[in-house]
Amino acid sequence: MASERQKRIRNFCIIAHIDHGKSTLADRLLEKTGVLTEREMEDQVLDNMDIERERGITIKAQAVRMVYKAADGEEYVFNLIDTPGHVDFNYEVSRSLAACEGAVLVVDAAQGIEAQTLANVYLALEHNLEIMPVINKIDLPSAQPEVVKKEIEDVIGLDAGDAPLISAKNGINIEDVLANAVLKVPCPAGDEDAPLRALIFDSYYDSYKGVIVYIRVKEGKVKVGDSIKMMYTGKEFTVTEIGYMRPGTHFPTGELLAGEVGYIAASIKNVKDTRVGDTITLSDNPAKEPLPGYKKVNSMVFCGIYPADGSKYGDLRDALEKLQLNDAALSFEPESSVALGFGFRCGFLGLLHMEIIQERLEREYNLDLVTTAPSVIYKIIKTDGEVFDIDNPTNLPPVAEIERMEEPIVKATIMVPTEYVGNIMDLSQDRRGVYKDMKYIDEGRVMLTYEMPLNEIIYDFFDALKSRTKGYASFDYELLGYKESDLVKLDIVLNGDIVDALSFIVHREKAYTRGRRIAEKLKETIHKQQFEIPIQACIGGKIIARETVKAYRKDVLAKCYGGDITRKKKLLEKQKEGKKRMRQVGTVEIPQEAFMSVLKLD
Amino acid sequence: MNTKEIGLYIHIPFCKSKCHYCDFNSLPGRELHIPQYFEALKKELQLYTTKAKNYSIKSIFIGGGTPSLADPEHITNIMYSCREHFNIKKNAEISIETNPGTLSFEKLAAYKSSGINRLSMGLQAWQSHILNYLGRIHSAEDFVENFNQARKAGFTNINADLIFGIPSQTMEEWRHTLTGVVNLGPEHLSCYSLKIEEGTVFGEKLKSGELNQIDDDIDREMYHSTIEILSTKGYNHYEISNFAKPGYECRHNLLYWKIDEYIGLGAGAHSYFEGNRYNNVCSIERYIAAIGQNEIPRENVQWIDKKDSISEFIILGLRVMDGISLSEFQAKFSEDIFDLFGTQIDKLSEAKLLELREGKLKLTSNGLDFANQVFVEFI
Repeated sequence: MASERQKRIRNFCIIAHIDHGKSTLADRLLEKTGVLTEREMEDQVLDNMDIERERGITIKAQAVRMVYKAADGEEYVFNLIDTPGHVDFNYEVSRSLAACEGAVLVVDAAQGIEAQTLANVYLALEHNLEIMPVINKIDLPSAQPEVVKKEIEDVIGLDAGDAPLISAKNGINIEDVLANAVLKVPCPAGDEDAPLRALIFDSYYDSYKGVIVYIRVKEGKVKVGDSIKMMYTGKEFTVTEIGYMRPGTHFPTGELLAGEVGYIAASIKNVKDTRVGDTITLSDNPAKEPLPGYKKVNSMVFCGIYPADGSKYGDLRDALEKLQLNDAALSFEPESSVALGFGFRCGFLGLLHMEIIQERLEREYNLDLVTTAPSVIYKIIKTDGEVFDIDNPTNLPPVAEIERMEEPIVKATIMVPTEYVGNIMDLSQDRRGVYKDMKYIDEGRVMLTYEMPLNEIIYDFFDALKSRTKGYASFDYELLGYKESDLVKLDIVLNGDIVDALSFIVHREKAYTRGRRIAEKLKETIHKQQFEIPIQACIGGKIIARETVKAYRKDVLAKCYGGDITRKKKLLEKQKEGKKRMRQVGTVEIPQEAFMSVLKLD
Repeated sequence: MNTKEIGLYIHIPFCKSKCHYCDFNSLPGRELHIPQYFEALKKELQLYTTKAKNYSIKSIFIGGGTPSLADPEHITNIMYSCREHFNIKKNAEISIETNPGTLSFEKLAAYKSSGINRLSMGLQAWQSHILNYLGRIHSAEDFVENFNQARKAGFTNINADLIFGIPSQTMEEWRHTLTGVVNLGPEHLSCYSLKIEEGTVFGEKLKSGELNQIDDDIDREMYHSTIEILSTKGYNHYEISNFAKPGYECRHNLLYWKIDEYIGLGAGAHSYFEGNRYNNVCSIERYIAAIGQNEIPRENVQWIDKKDSISEFIILGLRVMDGISLSEFQAKFSEDIFDLFGTQIDKLSEAKLLELREGKLKLTSNGLDFANQVFVEFI
């Protein structure tokens, strides 16, 4: 039974496909409830990172408290939890959802339902959230609110009859969303006298206060001075500060009660001790059971990250450590490559996560990186019965020792206008996809389902998808499991030496095409040297593709004019600088662009 | 008193028209500035007077631009000023750069009587269509005529500048150029492989795709056959791009390559003097204005420390076919070159770009083509 206090609390999140206006709506809600005046608004307050704003995505969950005075004169406390919108952060999304009773489902009136809309809706339904559809961008000339409403009813099976028709951008009908939240989102329940159970749905590292943990108190209460315990990791801490969040700041209240959303600081040094999904209880009056649904997230995609300048290895390590403080899902360990020297093998939740980390390393830490081709985790079953995982092609044992190999398979959901179905089918087939299903969303769009090896997606699938559908396709995937597959390791041999950083694992049938494309790309990027450089793509000892970089014939400044020695020296210095950025493998110097060029072959 | 021997370089930044490959500090259409400019040059020489007594001059090079474009009296006057302010050694080599089409017997005779004893002539190519393509204003006939006039005027040390590796130039055409000029018997030949520089007519054409550079293989064939042909004609290949009959090696250029010091006079002229490398401002107007204020408008002044000096000594020294003498290196820097660059030398020797023979380190025939690869190791 909800208490009187709890009856005036609404905890909800906003779910949407990328670009459907989730963050803009969040901003409007803050503005409407007076958390921010229009003047204080910086667009998209909840997306703090530059990358979040630029890409229009939310990477970290955020939560903010607002007070809404409803038409009945009552004041309601709204806790809005902004969830990451991408499948890579599925687990984080699921924990954020678990902290709520309701979800506002934002659908673009012009675009309709997209792949991630569905993924998020299903996730919300799994958590028994009350879903309130909202049709956004009704001001667009191409808006078709009635069609979209019908889509929501037909595809998702939600009643969209009284869905607010809004424009978050122009502040139209925002009030309806707030009023609807009071009416539709159930208030929280939970006995505040029971032993504490609070769900961690996010955390981040603050250099002054240590880790700040975002929590939803399900039962019991917690206050400053309490000794708390993380039920899965077993770590104990003393609460130093507790309260709720406002955009960009904290508002200490000294205590949080069942049904409330807020933060805790407890001099915690490492985000690893505050795993998302863990349950906080009190050390001296612990709950019997933790909250359900905790799992340790595992990296799905791996790649080697190396500093372009070998002397920056230490800087790269420091940067990764700092990023990891805020991102428990990022894993890394030192590795070394003959071609690239010392670097790190990094694990990511998915492709977007990988891109974001690479971008943050380059932008926020000013590092110049060379990355290797991404890899998934393959299961190797050796002839002697030994089974193990590899995430780096270099670690593949000799073929003779391998009984069989398995690769991860995902369920890929692609939504696309009907005119591109043929293109998508060709692409999916080319990527070894197995057709499963095709559903019409409306007359103009279909949802295709394929089972596809993850390693076909991690190269340049997004780009290929976009270019074949003029950017109209949306795409989502989830891991299904492992499947035996005829996989081979493709090595690139330059002038007789294997370049380990360019090796990758590929399906035997794809090896020839991939090998040939890579050889061609390398021919374009490797500079001429004094000798001819044969580029070979090989499986085992067998050459499947070959290109040659012709030898250059001269590298000499013929004229040394008028005693201008300085200019001549500058030219040589520049040449030397360029040489320093080369990676030497055997006798061949490989520019770092060469390593990057093989990542995008489409 | 024992004075240090240095060189003088005098820059004349005027030309009749800009050649399509040229990125030197020279401009057409500024002839009106010529008198003022020579006044400024004389003044700049004068500004060095106090320093001048510590030095004696072993070579002078009047370069351009096209110095022969100016009235010969300007040249005569500047030579006079040089002698007035500096101690010019009796046997000093004094060169002037000239272009066919701007020369006459009178001019040449005037140069000769002013003490100039070496003439450098820009021929570049024998064929009119190539000369046109290069943006030259003369023909091979002009060259022959001026060459004969120079001999008549008493010049016994003449150089011709040639360019090979010009887009669409054939091996035949290049051989023809070589034979044509060799038949006249100049004492010295400079044969440069064309390098297309940014900011030139050719540079722009390259960017826009209008120009296809000659295949490296052909360029190298031209280069190596040049070495072969000229050696049979009695020319000694003494620097990457330079050839001379015995005893006629250009002493002024050797001074650059042996890192001896020199003072550069005029707009954009480079100096290496009293341990510093620097250049004067390139703008003719700014140069004239600054000198008018009794100030030498130096730019990019860079102190050459021992490390710089060592690397320059090797890089420039290796341009000379005779190479660098290990004992000379030891004497000059009190260091063993192998202690400093042993690894590099080993690596380059293994790559057959560099060889050690008779106490001298020199580029191999292969190394001539990849000299930059050698040089970068010593930067």
